[in-house]
Amino acid sequence: MTFEYAPAPESRASVSIKPKYGHYIGGKFVAGEKHFPTINPATEEVLSSVALGGKKDVDAAVKSAKKALDVHWSKLSGRERGKYLFRIARILQERAREFAVLESLDNGKPIRESRDVDVPLAAAHFFYHAGWADKLEFAGVGTKAKPHGVVGQIIPWNFPLLMLAWKVAPALATGNTVVLKPAETTPLTALLFAEVCEQAGLPAGVVNIVTGDGSTGALIVNHPGINKIAFTGSTEVGKIIAESVASTSKSVTLELGGKAANLVFEDAAIDESVEGIVNGIFFNQGHVCCAGSRLIIQESISDEFIKKLQKRMEKIRVGDPLDKNTDLGAINSRAQLEKIKELSLAGDSEGAERWSPQCSLPDKGFWFAPTIFTGVTQSHRIAREEIFGPVLSVLTFRTPQEGIDKANNTPFGLSAGVWSEKGSKTLWASQKLKAGVIWTNTFNKFDPTSPFGGYKESGWGREGGRHGLTAYLKGVTHE
Amino acid sequence: MKFYGLIDGSDTSLKNFLVKLPGVDAVGADARAAMLGTRSIKTTSKRWAIDTAISMVDLTTLEGADTEGKVQALCAKAVRPDPTDPSVPSVGAVCVYNDMVAVARKHLDSIGGTHVPVAAVSTAFPSGRASMKVKIQDTKDAIEAGAAEIDMVIDRGAFLSGNYIDVFNEIVAIKEICGEKAHLKVIFETGELVTYDNVRKASYLAMLAGADFIKTSTGKIAPAATPPVVLVMLEAVRDFYEMTGVRIGVKPAGGIRNTKDAIKQLVLVNETAGPEWLTPSLFRIGASALLNDLLMQRMKMDNGYYASPQYVTID
Amino acid sequence: MSKRIDVKKTYKLFIGGAFPRTESGRTYEVKNSRGVFIANPCLASRKDLKDAVVAARAAHSGWAHATAYNRGQILYRIAEMLEGRRDQFVAEISELTGVTPKKAQDEVEASIDLLVWYAGWTDKISALDGATNPVAGPYFNFTTPESLGVVGFIAPKKSALLGFVAGIAPIITSGNTVIALASESAPLPAMSLAEVIATSDVPAGVVNILTGKSAELAPWFASHMDIDGLDISGLEAKLVAEIKKAGAQNLKRIHSFKEISSPGRILAFMESKTVWHPIGV
Repeated sequence: MTFEYAPAPESRASVSIKPKYGHYIGGKFVAGEKHFPTINPATEEVLSSVALGGKKDVDAAVKSAKKALDVHWSKLSGRERGKYLFRIARILQERAREFAVLESLDNGKPIRESRDVDVPLAAAHFFYHAGWADKLEFAGVGTKAKPHGVVGQIIPWNFPLLMLAWKVAPALATGNTVVLKPAETTPLTALLFAEVCEQAGLPAGVVNIVTGDGSTGALIVNHPGINKIAFTGSTEVGKIIAESVASTSKSVTLELGGKAANLVFEDAAIDESVEGIVNGIFFNQGHVCCAGSRLIIQESISDEFIKKLQKRMEKIRVGDPLDKNTDLGAINSRAQLEKIKELSLAGDSEGAERWSPQCSLPDKGFWFAPTIFTGVTQSHRIAREEIFGPVLSVLTFRTPQEGIDKANNTPFGLSAGVWSEKGSKTLWASQKLKAGVIWTNTFNKFDPTSPFGGYKESGWGREGGRHGLTAYLKGVTHE
Repeated sequence: MKFYGLIDGSDTSLKNFLVKLPGVDAVGADARAAMLGTRSIKTTSKRWAIDTAISMVDLTTLEGADTEGKVQALCAKAVRPDPTDPSVPSVGAVCVYNDMVAVARKHLDSIGGTHVPVAAVSTAFPSGRASMKVKIQDTKDAIEAGAAEIDMVIDRGAFLSGNYIDVFNEIVAIKEICGEKAHLKVIFETGELVTYDNVRKASYLAMLAGADFIKTSTGKIAPAATPPVVLVMLEAVRDFYEMTGVRIGVKPAGGIRNTKDAIKQLVLVNETAGPEWLTPSLFRIGASALLNDLLMQRMKMDNGYYASPQYVTID
Repeated sequence: MSKRIDVKKTYKLFIGGAFPRTESGRTYEVKNSRGVFIANPCLASRKDLKDAVVAARAAHSGWAHATAYNRGQILYRIAEMLEGRRDQFVAEISELTGVTPKKAQDEVEASIDLLVWYAGWTDKISALDGATNPVAGPYFNFTTPESLGVVGFIAPKKSALLGFVAGIAPIITSGNTVIALASESAPLPAMSLAEVIATSDVPAGVVNILTGKSAELAPWFASHMDIDGLDISGLEAKLVAEIKKAGAQNLKRIHSFKEISSPGRILAFMESKTVWHPIGV
């Protein structure tokens, strides 16, 4: 007796994708010169053709952002700025279904996640920051804080709309105007967001969207008319950006990679911890900077725990991102898939033991089965390098301090998870872990009020909460 | 092997076992149950789920005002839920007070319902507040009258005051009376136990004592069979099977009012204990109003338009 | 063609999400600035107040435990609904008080904007007032503000809408529930606001609005042992001492405010809770 779930596809009818897009500059779409395709990574179907931003486009966008700032945006009271952001939040809520479907089509993530996590959180970010716009005097930034002016924002492909919200909302709330570049493989929800700006009546040029690839990003980073850069992406590119702006007075915040440890102690609530580990590495196909990619488990319970974890992994449904019952969607691109495969082969050759549940993967598209490697130690590549895929490396520890030491033994420091039913132990571990976000007895929880960002090579600065505002202001007294 | 060889039946041995169980993180359990509630069960799977749910319903009447007439009507509905559609399966059992067991059994046999067992609530249901002597007699009466299943309640007062061995010994005693004649369901009244940690403890306690089924509630108070409570119980039977090789059944009762709720329960079973539990011998749903909603949804799936309560029988 | 006879509104109380008449059966006359009769609003009794307290208390737990985000959205929804009814309020205020429609419009717009301002505070007040405290020992220690409970509000006599919103919004922002006594001479905008609130997804009992005489009802607000705080911004000066004395029976937090937009109005009806937890293996 088996309970097969029949296909339960979400309809694509709510979304209409144009065959070609230009850039959104000065409140309207302007044609691009060169174009490149954006595909659905689950099927390799071409969804649309988007413009490759060059010098002319970036110049126009920065000019438009500066004009909007000088002529209009800087003259508005915080209260009026806030109202635009409230409107944007409400429209995102209204068009939630449309955005969720489009995000899953362009990114490959399951519709359940884009519907229940990405889109609601994006709307919440705008709603939260709308309320700060006229309350900056209470944000602890001092009386001399001012917006930077025109900010350049470069966002990644893993949470396209949500990362846009994390960038645009605080920037606008604090009085800046924006030139934003969505990731090469996931431009569509940013382009749809331009419609939301229109519907909200946002003054032309306050938000500009230029699509493109790494070269477009470099143009933005190096543009003299941009006062501040906000980047989320790989540590490798983050370092390049930091080097590029070193001789300028540009302000930079970076949200980079991670290799987070999920520390499971023997007194953890086992079933919920298993769930947390699964969520930690398989949510969003593991394409998460703060993914719990290392399970560091107390040796006394590791065998039993791994067995439970494997049994749980057998229930993971891999498949069509638009099916409401899918748990694990497609890998975002061929390039990313190759990287995951390469590192997994390294895991094999370095002697770790690989295991995946049986699952049938579609022929077209980019797919990788949920995978764990046991017998991993610190010196393995798969314990060190960010895989950015649904691959978990399992290490063990004997004493609490040893667990902490292993968790901290990485140049990254974005996040960590701690699993124990003993309150004082979770607080002790939180105190000792060198990570910007620590989840105790939970994982991958995000909220606009909760600052997010990393220690060490995981970046500079925080996003969200009162702390996240300071990134978009200069002259902050305690900077 | 007595008590599956896991405890020796003493107070200390039982307490040690229960204390060593890992805790349940309530927020995590709620989140897992809620996530499983987002499963979208459509078309063929929905149709299968509806029929399966019908076959798992323990159609229940437990009112002070129950009469022979009421019980007979219930039995007829149990055997043939939809008089216009013979393809609808019979329910899993009929559940009544023990002084109605004979009436139920006789009537079922006379209308072609020999395949439908009669379950009796027992041990001073629903409160469980009576002497052991009374509880034992309650059970004996039910079995003598033809009950093939006994749904007993645990002593929640003893449980909440930490007298686990008393709760345990009561179950052992009732199980002994059931013997081979009746299967034993043990009702926790999870609404009174309140915490998931208590539900986990009660699950193991009951299984060790000999329960064939663990059951959430009497249906008389809320909250009853909430998804996270059922999740915790399904985890217990899953892990118990790993320990002992024996599969114990689970019965949520109370608060499962419509098809959507029932399907959520089946998804919980499927993804927690496993598809082996998706059979009336290991999963039952205690309900009364649910049956008509299942029938109306079944009609919609077969006809393509929404049904009206006029087209199902009130009993 | 004869002039159309319009359907005049009956003004009732707003308690527990419903619009009952006063149990006392009493009303009083409200005239406009030119002395022309407008309406017979209810003259609320102490029993109406008692019912409102029961409703407010019942609603408190759910409202306080709603997420700050949810409360913020509901406050914003009140603003949305009020914006949609702007013309109605402009007409009501200028009719009642005699001010020009432009002045009335300024007041209505200020009220809407004030609601939006307070909506943005629900999830930020703890950033302002909460803290982690570096105690001298291995303890994690944090202070967090929590809502007080049931708060009464005697609204200003003038400023029928803006002064009224300035009391209600900060009280409910943090999770308190409120029983507001509208301005005696100009109660109608408050009652119309009740209609707005009733269509804004505000849970029943979170906002309760009475109309009547403050001299009669204020002492009952003050002595009620199940009211936790009072905003007496609209109370006549000669009654203040007596009210504060009566409120001392259960140590009500009693405040009066001049500023309409201030986080202080939110914090005045919150309590700080400090929690310690050891840090150790």
